[in-house]
Amino acid sequence: MTSVLYDAPGPRAKRRNVLISVAFFALLALLAWFIWYKLDEKNQWAWALWKPFTQSEAWTTYLLPGLGNTLKAAALAMVIALPLGAVFGIARLSDHRWVRLPAAWVVEFFRAIPVLLLMLFANEFYNRYTGVSSEQRPLYAVVTGLVLYNASVLAEVVRAGILALPKGQTEAAMAVGLRKGQTMRSILLPQAVTAMLPAIVSQLVVIVKDTALGGVMIGFTELLNARQTMAAFYATVIPSFIVVSIIYIVLNFMLTSFASWLEQRLRRSKKSTGAVLSAEDMEELNPAAVGGSFGTGGEGGGLPGSRTYT
Amino acid sequence: MFDFLSDYDNPTLLGAFWMTVKLTFFSGIGSLIWGTLLAAMRVSPVPLMRGFGTAYVNIVRNIPLTVIIIFTSLGLADTFRVTMGSDDFKVQGFRLAILGLATYTAAFVCEAIRSGINTVPLGQAEAARAIGLTFSQNLRLVILPQAFRSVIGPLANVLIALTKNTTVAAAIGVAEAAYLMKTMIENEAAVLLIGAIFAFGFVVLTLPTGLILGWLSKRLAVKR
Repeated sequence: MTSVLYDAPGPRAKRRNVLISVAFFALLALLAWFIWYKLDEKNQWAWALWKPFTQSEAWTTYLLPGLGNTLKAAALAMVIALPLGAVFGIARLSDHRWVRLPAAWVVEFFRAIPVLLLMLFANEFYNRYTGVSSEQRPLYAVVTGLVLYNASVLAEVVRAGILALPKGQTEAAMAVGLRKGQTMRSILLPQAVTAMLPAIVSQLVVIVKDTALGGVMIGFTELLNARQTMAAFYATVIPSFIVVSIIYIVLNFMLTSFASWLEQRLRRSKKSTGAVLSAEDMEELNPAAVGGSFGTGGEGGGLPGSRTYT
Repeated sequence: MFDFLSDYDNPTLLGAFWMTVKLTFFSGIGSLIWGTLLAAMRVSPVPLMRGFGTAYVNIVRNIPLTVIIIFTSLGLADTFRVTMGSDDFKVQGFRLAILGLATYTAAFVCEAIRSGINTVPLGQAEAARAIGLTFSQNLRLVILPQAFRSVIGPLANVLIALTKNTTVAAAIGVAEAAYLMKTMIENEAAVLLIGAIFAFGFVVLTLPTGLILGWLSKRLAVKR
């Protein structure tokens, strides 16, 4: 493999690479042994601590309901945030200054504020001014916080998705006499939505990760919160952290893989204009986004036209 | 209207935001060092190092920051007695939060730097090798100067995200902005005002960073 940094290795470089590999492997092995030793020292490998995870009770009582709530909040937030984001994204592209500027302010404002602050505020707001029951309130607050933040991120995604389309699309639409609204509705949006799909799926990962905030700070009974209850019941702290982390990793990795599969499919598709917003583009819009795949070094850089909006 | 602010002295409003700034600063430095090392591994010619870098990034990015921060407190501190060189509970929480934030943010720093290196066209390095520059000359004179410029934008985004992410430290009782906001908003009547004050604080912290670094990255961008 060649990269911008080095050429294909010759015999000497190959020998050196083997030496470095061996040294690095030794280092990793040492690290693994150290972690194992430390866990063993605190008796964390005792079967009693891990046994609950092999029984269905722990899953049906704690982990699965928690995971269910995590997914519920994430799905609700995405479903509400998407249309809201589309409205603001399109508003930012308006020809009228009095529509464009306020939309830009709202989007920039909510993008600048941590989700946790929005959740805390929504929680207290519902508590004081609305009749939402105290069992439902955490879910409402978490979803509200996530919607406000992610709608503004998605607004940027929508805007970028529309701007990523070739200019000829708008020009052709205008040439056949479509009005601005018609152009947006029947030409630009359908294509932009397709181009945005991978970016939207990667944003779902961010939403899933952020639900965990609600679990700790406002008592929403999602996966991380369920872990706490479970760890208290079975007295299994470290194993429960490991299991919950693995659940998050598997879930988010599936979403990420799905996003990159979609992206590749869209890039290959002959029907589309080839404009795709990849997970990598998302990182510019929302640095918390998760992208990338299990590739090494070489990937990255999409079609030349796909990054023009930056 | 702002009278209630003087009731809070542990921390004060400014003190809480100062804590946010300190958390951002120290975990920013930590993640920059660790992230650069990871990026070096991910672009290295040694497959094992590349594999480790990739695995680290993919694992850490897929775990919620909240899980990592809570783990530093309940796992590292309570179970493994990692004291971070201090018996003071507050200092310990502060240092654990920095450890967690740096661990998490390093994965994003790594990706930002790697994408910066990837923007340098292959032809640049090939041309440099063709005129006989050595590996280190190539790196020093051709690739890194171009890569650094294109890294500023993505790194600025990571810094802004880090500033916002420091609020998660409230989950282990570090007295920063979100922690104070939670206390205040539960005890005071002026819910909207408190929300506005803290929102304003974060806008003040993140917006100039974005504007200055965005301007800088545009100015320094390599025209291709």
